[in-house]
Order: sequence, then structure tokens, then C-alpha cells
Amino acid sequence: MSASLTGTAVHSLWTVAAPADKFPAPHIEYAQLSPVLIVFGIAALGVLVEAFVPRKNRYTAQVAVAAVGLAAAFAATVALAEKGYGTTKAHIAAMGAVAVDGPALFLQGTILLVGLVALFTFAERRLDPRAHGSRVDSFAAQGSAIPGSEQEQAAVRAGFTSTEVFPLLMFAIGGMLVFPAANDLLTLFVALEVFSLPLYILCALARRNRLMSQEAAVKYFLLGAFSSAFLLFGIALLYGYAGTVSYAGIASVVDGTAPMTPALADTTGNDALLLIGLAMVAMGLLFKVGAVPFHMWTPDVYQGAPTPVTGFMASATKVAAFGALLRLLYVVLPGMRWDWRPVMWGVAIVTMLAGAVIAVTQTDVKRLLAYSSIAHAGFILAGVIATTPSGISSVLFYLAAYSFVTLGAFAVVTLVRDAGGEATHLSRWAGLGRRSPLVAAVFAVFLLAFAGIPLTSGFAGKFAVFKAASEGGAMPLVIVGVISSAIAAFFYIRVIVLMFFSEPRPDGPTVAVPSALTSTAIALGVAVTLVLGLAPQYFLDLADKAGVFVR
Amino acid sequence: METLIGLLVAAPLLGAGVLLTGGRRLDRTGHLLGTLLSLLSFVFGAVLFVNMLGKDADQRALHSHLFTWVPVDGFQAQVGFQLDQLSMTFVLLITGVGTLIHVYSIGYMAHDERRRRFFGYLNLFLAAMLLLVLADNYFLLYAGWEGVGLASYLLIGFWQHKPSAATAAKKAFIVNRVGDIGLSVAIMLMFTTFGSFAFADVLPKAQDASATQHATVTGIGFMLLLAACGKSAQVPLQSWLGDAMEGPTPVSALIHAATMVTAGVYLITRSGAIFNAAPDAQTAVVTVGAVTLLFGAIVGCAKDDIKKALAGSTMSQIGYMIMAAGLGPIGYVFAIMHLVTHGFFKAGLFLGAGSVMHGMNDEVDMRRYGGLRKYMPITFITFGLGYLAIIGFPGLSGFFSKDKIIEAAYAKGGTEGWILGSAALLGAAITAFYMTRVMLMTFFGEKRWQPDAEGHEPHPHESPSSMTIPMIILAFGSVFAGALFSLNSRFVHWLEPVTGHSEGDSPVSAGTVTAATMVCLVIGVGIAWLMYGRRSVPAVAPRGSLLTRAARRDLLQDDFNHVVLVRGGEHLTRTLVYLDHSLVDGVVNGTAASVGGLSGRLRKLQNGYVRSYAVSMLGGTAVLVAATLLMRAV
Repeated sequence: MSASLTGTAVHSLWTVAAPADKFPAPHIEYAQLSPVLIVFGIAALGVLVEAFVPRKNRYTAQVAVAAVGLAAAFAATVALAEKGYGTTKAHIAAMGAVAVDGPALFLQGTILLVGLVALFTFAERRLDPRAHGSRVDSFAAQGSAIPGSEQEQAAVRAGFTSTEVFPLLMFAIGGMLVFPAANDLLTLFVALEVFSLPLYILCALARRNRLMSQEAAVKYFLLGAFSSAFLLFGIALLYGYAGTVSYAGIASVVDGTAPMTPALADTTGNDALLLIGLAMVAMGLLFKVGAVPFHMWTPDVYQGAPTPVTGFMASATKVAAFGALLRLLYVVLPGMRWDWRPVMWGVAIVTMLAGAVIAVTQTDVKRLLAYSSIAHAGFILAGVIATTPSGISSVLFYLAAYSFVTLGAFAVVTLVRDAGGEATHLSRWAGLGRRSPLVAAVFAVFLLAFAGIPLTSGFAGKFAVFKAASEGGAMPLVIVGVISSAIAAFFYIRVIVLMFFSEPRPDGPTVAVPSALTSTAIALGVAVTLVLGLAPQYFLDLADKAGVFVR
Repeated sequence: METLIGLLVAAPLLGAGVLLTGGRRLDRTGHLLGTLLSLLSFVFGAVLFVNMLGKDADQRALHSHLFTWVPVDGFQAQVGFQLDQLSMTFVLLITGVGTLIHVYSIGYMAHDERRRRFFGYLNLFLAAMLLLVLADNYFLLYAGWEGVGLASYLLIGFWQHKPSAATAAKKAFIVNRVGDIGLSVAIMLMFTTFGSFAFADVLPKAQDASATQHATVTGIGFMLLLAACGKSAQVPLQSWLGDAMEGPTPVSALIHAATMVTAGVYLITRSGAIFNAAPDAQTAVVTVGAVTLLFGAIVGCAKDDIKKALAGSTMSQIGYMIMAAGLGPIGYVFAIMHLVTHGFFKAGLFLGAGSVMHGMNDEVDMRRYGGLRKYMPITFITFGLGYLAIIGFPGLSGFFSKDKIIEAAYAKGGTEGWILGSAALLGAAITAFYMTRVMLMTFFGEKRWQPDAEGHEPHPHESPSSMTIPMIILAFGSVFAGALFSLNSRFVHWLEPVTGHSEGDSPVSAGTVTAATMVCLVIGVGIAWLMYGRRSVPAVAPRGSLLTRAARRDLLQDDFNHVVLVRGGEHLTRTLVYLDHSLVDGVVNGTAASVGGLSGRLRKLQNGYVRSYAVSMLGGTAVLVAATLLMRAV
């Protein structure tokens, strides 16, 4: 793609113009927003359940409501896609606030499926030993009780469980559904907060290692708030530049096709505002995807949070945040790509290398996976930077593939336990393959997928983004990506070697036998990993079809 | 009719598959099944032969395309067969002699508990060899070529409990690999030069290509020769043949008469168009042939092991064929004719040797034989007819075919013709000498029998009929095949449409050549008679001359290989291992160590304090903003 193309011309490569309304009357397209509305409705219903259903029935009620809600929302998403809202009927709904188009529907569908699988791991009650006769999950008996206090002991004795996690999960999912579909900067910000706040709370709710969990939550909250501030400031600057927060509006100012707003005549078109605003908004999103140097919360939070929450965050948050980043860069700022591409190049390179290199010396499996997720964020960024239609579809495919591998891997982590809860130190995993060949083999499949070994979804995804990046002229990125993959392969394979070729320790952890819930989650992870690895074409085509943003 | 060609290969292949996977339940009947399928293959061959005879000379070639093996754009490897007069000759030889050897093996291997497996390998050998001679392109030929290599490995090492057999099998396989590389390189060159592997594409274009790409065509010729040297045990790749005698004797008969060593002659004859277009390669072929025919003959003179003496003679006789094939159109027909007659008498000789060993507690040292003619009359007579045939006794098979080769060598003309012709004549004399020596030491003179290692006195006896009948049939071939082929130049007319034929302009008349051959024959036999017939044979070999001692050690072939190749290879490996340890591992481990060190240092940045994290984010944002602004400024 040469620099001589005008912004509009380039723009039209990956966007279609939305049909213009002659008379903009306030209206909400309820049917087209139904996935989001269903999830928020169910979340609110969950709050009511929490308030009115007796404690002993709450767990069942919450899980049932949430599962039905997620399934219904997914069905609604599929129905919208079937009706052509992903392609020919793609348009902007809710007075310009939310886009209904291919990428949005694809990512929403992915988030809903991931959410449903995450729900299974949230609801798992077989792993922890019974506390005073009642089955418990991974979450604190009573979140508000001070760790180690008598109040906490009383709550444990009473067999309390935090069934609030289910509405929290639903709210987070709802925010994540809006995030990649947000079509103006304010909706983007609101969606960000809507899914972030429940996550902060969920992080604090671990049943074991509560202090560590609370520390993680506070860190996440502080740093999240810090980054939100930058994001908000960036939004203000962009508004000052364009006189509008709508994506299409900013894009037309960037392209020089929009009429000036007289009140903002002094600032409109001031490129310094645009560039600084762009950098700050990008920073807010890069924080969420865990790109270097905004990644430092990731290992601490991933390690401290309850493992089901970690799995959910690592997959769904990444899907939502990359969706939002894609829309921002491809819809709002394509005319600016000569400004943001080099910067993003730098971020991608540093992210890939730092994630892979630092992971080499990790000794905790959750921290290891955290750094691995940082490296993967770098790989996905390489696809984002491609700025070609295949860049979009390759990122969509990668996100779908990666999120299931991640969920599955963290689900396996919940199984390996000793007296203190999960045994996450890598030395404890030595010889696991001798003792529990099936669990070790499943984990090995996930690790191979992370490493991008052929016949797994990781290979197909990595191949797609690297191919898109090289076609988009980012060959150096591909080279760095391959080198990082080689470094990363070391620590993935090392875990496999540790599991299968080391002597088991006599005091080693046991592998808990999960209920059907976690088993289903892991089985789905393996199935998706293998199907996307063995026969990726259908899904690549699907991502390809969904790869056009509405403007 | 075309379908029969496929079945020809499929029958022994099926046998191999069934026998090798069928398990113990086939132990009782496996050998019969193997023999039957081999016979069936021969019957198919005979039907095709009769059918072929009914057609005009230039209409005889049959083609059968089965499927596309490698269907890649621009690289089409076909599985297709071509049955012309040349292939037909080989098919009849392979299946005919092969079947006789199957029958013989029923008796010979009767007491071996792995007989079923043996027959499976024999069938595999036949199938691979048939594939080799029936393929209509070099790619498929290569598959058969490798199949022959595999089957020979399995059969030479059949008695794998003997370390010497296992080593011999390995040696044959490795030496053959060297030749195989030649064939694969030749095929690659063909593909880049002609864009195809098919005989029909490559061979007709060879002459034209030679005008523009002479070096390439010559290179193909040399590589094909290297391949032929490996399979046909020609100098310098001859060393495996003697050791291959570790295999059961029927295997030796199969390798030496019907399969394996004939493959090289087939390859050169089939690729005649290439050699005709590359005179330098052709010169190399005759040189290799002439050197080998003398080399093998000299080795044959010094061996006391009956099978090794015969192995030397095979090397020598194949040398005749290769030399004839290198002479071009004046020699191709006679190379193949000698190949067929040799197939009869060499198979007969080996089966005879096996029969002798069978009666002598598996003794192979001829110095411990003597006077066996009375005890094993059938073996004596059939072996004797084979002997007369190989030395070229007038009227017998070898006489006709060898005489023609010597004539053709002289007809090459010039100095070259004289050298080759004289070498061939000298070879004939030596052949007469060492074969007479074998004959005298085995069947004549006094008994020099000695008890075997376990103290059993030998009680020589005639072998069972399953062994003698094949020998008798082969003896008929040894006697009559040559005359049958030569009458009215029948064989020349038969093969001419495929290989082409021209009469050379010989400086010596045919009569003179025949007379000279007879003189050589008499001299050779005479010397042998003086040395081994008149005098008694010492039980322990005398020290002998320098040449004799060298010949006993196969003219130092193994010493040469050891010093030049093995030592050199060992040095090379050691150097490479050293480099791998110091250089490659150094770089690899160094990289790993530096990544690990970097990782350890970067890890310290992650100190757990939110304030540091926030600073990193702030700094990151500043850099981001600055970089974005900078990009615009640049």
C-alpha cells in the first residue's frame, strides 16, 4: 500500500459506509442490541436472585440463570449474523453509539462462548475439600470478611459461598460485549469501566491465599484507574481536535472531509491534540491487552486472582480489548496510520520479546502463563499493525483460538492441588505425566498450542497473523515474532519435559477429579484447539467474512 | 493383456505381504504359497511372451498406466509399466530362474524354523526386481531399485544370529547406498534437463540434449554408471559381493543369476540412448567392465571357499556384460544374451554348490572336498555342465555368448578395441583356470574330508529331488540356451527393436577370435590340471605368491576401503563432533545463557510495588506520546 493513497481510499478497503439517516430521530434498535441487553438483564436478575432467593438455593439458581442467559445471548448473536448484520446489513445502532457489524458480532460470539465456559469453571465445586460439610468453590466464603478474622471463620463454618460472583461475571461480560462494538469514545469508556469494576472485585475473592488475592485486586484497581485516567484525557483531547466523540466523525476530520464546528474552530485540526490524544487512548487499550510497558500488572494479578477469574480475564478481556483497539485504529485512525504504525511496531516488538524472555525464568505456572499472554499480545499486535483486511480476520481468528487455549490451560491449573490449594510452583509439577498422564497430556496440548506447534490452533493463528503482517509490509515484525516464538517454545517445552521426563516427587501434589463442569471446559478447550489446528479453513473463512468494519 | 503386467508384479508382492504378516499359522504352507505365486508370475510372463511373439517386431511393446503417484504441478511421477522385448527377457529370466530357486529352497531350507519368512523375502525380491525391469519411468524404477536393495539386505542377513551375516548384510546395504545416490542424482539431473522421468520422454531426447548440454548428459551417464556399479558389484563398488555369500545359498543363486547384479546391466542397456550420446561415459563403462572382469577372475583363482570362488566368477562375468553394454549398439544385445545364459549356468553352479554343502555338513572349504563325483552324481553332472558352459566349451551356452562379446570388443576398433578384446581373452583363460580348479578340487582327486566343528564325519549324499530337479532344469538351459539364441541370430533380431544393433568393423575375423578363445581355454584348463589335477591338493593352503595372497584378500579391496574411506570418515566425523561440541553448542548454549541472564535481570523490574508499575506506565505513555509526535515531525 503506497503512501500516495488518500485516507478515504484506504479507508474503504476495510470499512463500508453506513446508510445515512435523513432524519436522525432518537431510537434504539432493541433487536440488534439483544445480546448485550440479554446479558445485562440476566446480570440484574442475578442481583435480584442474590437478594431474594434463600442462600441454599442461590448457587443453583445463579448458575442456571447465567447459563441460560449466556446461551440465549449467543443464540441472538448467531441469529443476527445469520440475518446478515455481519455483512450486508451491518450498520450503526443506538444513535451512533454501538456498531453492529462483522467484527463486533464475531467478537461478541467469542466472548459469550468464552464466558459460558468460564462460567463452568466458576461454578466448579468439587475441587476444594468440603468445608464443614458443604461444597465450596474457588471463591471466598464472604468477601467482606477480613482474612484470618473470626468473622471469616464463622462464614466458612456456616458454609457460605460468594454466589455474587455470577452477577459480577455477567456484568463484566456485558461490558466486554459493548467494548469492541463501541462506536464513540464515551461508549468505549463506559464499557471499559463496566467490565473493569466487576473484574477488580472478582480478583479479590480467592478462597485460598486471600491476602495475595486482595493485593492483586488493589494493584489491578489502582493501575486500572491510572490507565483509565489517561484514556479519558486522551478522549478529551480527541474531542478537542474533532469536535465530536463519534468514530466516524473523528475519522472524517482526520481525512479532512468534515465541516468545522465553529465553536471549536481554534482547536479543530490541531494535529498535536490528535497525536497526543491518540497516544493516550491507545495506551488505555494497550494496558488492557497487557502490552509492554503497560503489562506489569499482569503477572501479579494473574497469580493472585482466583484461577477461574484469571482464565476468564486472560481470554475474554483480551478479546474485548483487542476488538476495541482494532476498531479504533481501523475506523477512526486509518488516515493516521503513518503516524501510529511505527509506534505500534515498537510496542509489538518490545511486547513479544519481553514477554518471551522474562517468562524463561518464571517458576510459578500462573506467572508463566501471564508472561506467555504478554508475548501473545505482542503476536496479535503484529496482526493489528498489518492494516490490511487479512490483518483484521487473522486477529479475529487468533483471538478465538487463543482464548480457548488459555481458558483450558488455567482450568487444568485448578486441578493440580495440595494441602494449600492449587500447587502452582513449577517444581511441584515434576513427574505429573507419570502420575496423571491424561491431565499432563491435556496440558501439554495447550502448551504446544501456545508454542504454535502445527496441528494446533496456535499454529494456525500465528501463521495467519504473521502472514498478514508480512503482506502488510511488516517483515521485521514477523522476524522478531518468530525469534520470540523460538524463545517461548523453550519454556513451554520445558514444562512438558518437567511433567513427563522428571521423577515424580514423593510429596507431590494430587490431581483433583473435577465435576462435569470443569471437565467440559477442558474438553472444549482441547476440542477447539485441535479442530482449529487440524481444519482451520472454515473458521478462517468465517473470520474473513466478518472482517469488515462498519463506519 | 496390459492388466497381466500389473499382476506379474502383484503376485509375488502379494506373497510377500501374506507371508510376512500372516504369522505362524502359515509356517506349514507358507513356502508352497510363495513358490506358487512365483510360478504364477512366471505363467503370466509366459502368456505375455507368447502374446508378444504373435505380433510384429515393432508392435511388441505394451504399456499399462495404473495411476499418478506424485501428482504435483510440474512434477508428475507415474506408476506405469512398459513391457518390451528387453523387459520380457528379464521377466522370463527373473520369474523362471526365480521359481526354480524357490523350489530348490523348499528342500534347502526344510530345517530352518524361519522358512516362511525366507520365502516372504524371496517373493519380495522377485516383486522388487520385476518392478525395476517393468517400470516405464526412472522414478518407479528407483522404487524397484530400492526394493531390491532392501530385499537383498534382508536375505543376506537372514541368518542374523551370525554376526558375520549381519555385518555382510550391512555392508551390502551401505555399499549399495553409494550406488543409489548415483541413481537419484541421475534422476534429478534428468528431471531438470528433460522435465520428465519417463523413458519415452528422456531417451529419445538424449541425443539432441547432448548437443546443447553435453556435460549434463555425460554427468547423467556417469551417475547411472555409479548406480550400476553398486548393484552389479563392479569396481570400485564390488566389495559387498564376496561377503554376501553369508546368506543362504539359494539367495546367492538368486542374487547372482536372476536378480540384483543383473540390475546394473539392465540400467545401462535401458539407458543406452543416454550412453550413446555421451561417449566419455561409455568409455568409463567399458573401462569399469574390463577392469572388473579381470579383477573378479583373479580373485576367483585364489579362493578356497567354493561360494567365494563362484562370487569372484560372477563379478567377472558381470564385468563382461557391463563391458559389452559399454560398447554401444554393437554390444547391447550380447550383454543381455550373456546375462541370460549366465543366469542359467550360474544359478546351476550355485545350486550345485549348495547341494555339495548340503551333503558335506555345510563345509565350504574346497580343500576339504575331493572325490565327490561318486557320491553326488546328479550334482556332479549338472555342476559339470554349468562348468563347461561358463568356461565357454564349444556348443554350450557360455561359448556362444562370451565369444560374441569378445568379437564385439575387437570390433570396437582402434587401440581401444585391441585392449578390450585382449582383456576379454585373458579373462576367458583365467575363467577356464579357476573354474577347472573348483571342479577338480571338489569332485576329483582323493577325499580330504574332515569332521566338522562338532566332530560329525561328513557322509556325502545326493540331495533330495526338490533340489536336484531345479539343478537339472538349469543344466538344460546351460547346455542349450546359447545355441537356441544364436541360431539365425534369433536373439539379435528379438532385441534389436529396443536396443538397436550394428555389426562392428572387426579387424580380426570371427573365426580367428573363436580360435584364440579356444587356445585360451585350453591353456587355462591345462594349467589348472597341472596344478590341481596331477598334484594332490594340500589340506592347508600354501603361502603362495604376493598376487595370490592379495587375491585371497580380494585384492585388498577392504584394506583400501578401510584406509581411505573408513579412516577418513572417522576423522571427518570426529572433527564434526568436535565442531558441534565447541562451536555449535557454544553458540546455542551461549544464546540460551544470555537469554536466561537477560530474563533474570528483566525479572527484577517486576518488584511488586504498584508505584514502580505506575511509573513504568507513565514513562511508557510519555514515550508513546513523544514517539507519535516525533513520527509526525520526521
